[in-house]
Amino acid sequence: MQHPPVTDFATDFDHTDEAWVADPYPIMEDLRERCPIAHSERYGGMWAPMTHEAVSAIANDTEHFTSRTVVITEGRPGDDAPPAPIGVAPPISSDPPFHEVARRLLLPAFAPRPVNALEGFSRDLCTSLIDDMGDAEVIDASLQYTQHIPVGVIAKMVGLPPADGDLFRHFVHEIIEAVDLPVEERIARFQPIEEYIVGLIEDHRANPTDDLISYLLDVEIGGNKLLDEHVFGTIVLLIVAGIDTTWSAIGSSLWHLAQNPDDLARLVAHPELIPSAVEEFLRAYAPVTMARLVKEDFEFQGCPMKKDDWILLSFPAANRDPEFFDNADQVLIDREINRHSAFGLGIHRCLGSNLARLEMVVAIEEFIRRFPRFELADPSAVTFSQGQVRGPRSLPIRILERA
Amino acid sequence: MKIHLDTAKCQGHGRCYSLAPELFDCDDLGTAIVLVTGELDADQLKKAELAAGNCPEYAIEIGA
Repeated sequence: MQHPPVTDFATDFDHTDEAWVADPYPIMEDLRERCPIAHSERYGGMWAPMTHEAVSAIANDTEHFTSRTVVITEGRPGDDAPPAPIGVAPPISSDPPFHEVARRLLLPAFAPRPVNALEGFSRDLCTSLIDDMGDAEVIDASLQYTQHIPVGVIAKMVGLPPADGDLFRHFVHEIIEAVDLPVEERIARFQPIEEYIVGLIEDHRANPTDDLISYLLDVEIGGNKLLDEHVFGTIVLLIVAGIDTTWSAIGSSLWHLAQNPDDLARLVAHPELIPSAVEEFLRAYAPVTMARLVKEDFEFQGCPMKKDDWILLSFPAANRDPEFFDNADQVLIDREINRHSAFGLGIHRCLGSNLARLEMVVAIEEFIRRFPRFELADPSAVTFSQGQVRGPRSLPIRILERA
Repeated sequence: MKIHLDTAKCQGHGRCYSLAPELFDCDDLGTAIVLVTGELDADQLKKAELAAGNCPEYAIEIGA
């Protein structure tokens, strides 16, 4: 935490503030009643809408808001990012019309059928992680389980050395958690990431395989191979977007079950409810908050937005909006109508949503099958990540029963 | 009652074909496809409403 404490979230909003990191939901509720679009002079000016209606409107408005960077930092594009239309990590950082071209290249690999083919691999990974826990009474579910699952799956899919998992998590931390550092320091910290990925690309050029990196090096847009910065940026995206996010989503799900024995017992007795529970965990504990930049000065819902103001696009806040969801503050694992936006809204819907769901379902199925009863070993020892991806980073769990 | 899918609104969240695979499938990009284009029977209608009610993009409508 590099910034001074927030005085009032309505006028001095900062998503890296300790209070927000510890428990953002009461703050969202308060802001929804008072604002509902919070403002801040931090990060060079930012707005943070807290209602589903405003979040949806901004996500669908590519005319007034650009995606050219989606992680809020002290800098601006031009300081530390290539310009539109490609952006730093296409297609997440691309605007129309290039966005659709870049997205179509990747969609087939993340469609349901190829993703479902990874189920066996994911399940084996989960069971071996549980086996590795031995018979310890207390385990850290974040460090020993949830963090390894997306790393293993993404490494296999993208074509990364699985042994480099710690390195990827470090990269992810530097890119999306250490966001309150000065621009120069962020650029310096990005250097080793850049060198590593350039090395990966060179390896794949020399030894093509059937993974996604080889595909990106081979595929063409209008008869031309992708620009080097496009390939580079997409690899950054696949590493960053595929790891922290799903790690967080699985972790928050287990965190919930550790504190709600009735829900846990119900899922153990009725594992067919797990997919529905996963949707509710995604709604209630949505891990991902995106960002946009205002393209030109304009007024949005009474807010005088300036060119290059940040928008913190909080899907977690949209998912807790009582105007949009009945019993928004309650976690109902059999919620029938659940139009949550954990994977975003509009053209930037999470590319990996099918993969994330598969990993969540399998990870929860295997964990509760082997550990039908568990609880938080020390609630005060649970820590959450800072920044635009929220999830438990330390999650000590006491196993009460083994199957 | 029939299923009306607005493919321009569909972003491939995949809720419909997960919840009602007998009524929806998807193409290679993950965009939804309607499998039952005619009149829905009572069971189908219930499933179709479930799919419509879970679409984050409001891409599915059930109507005449």
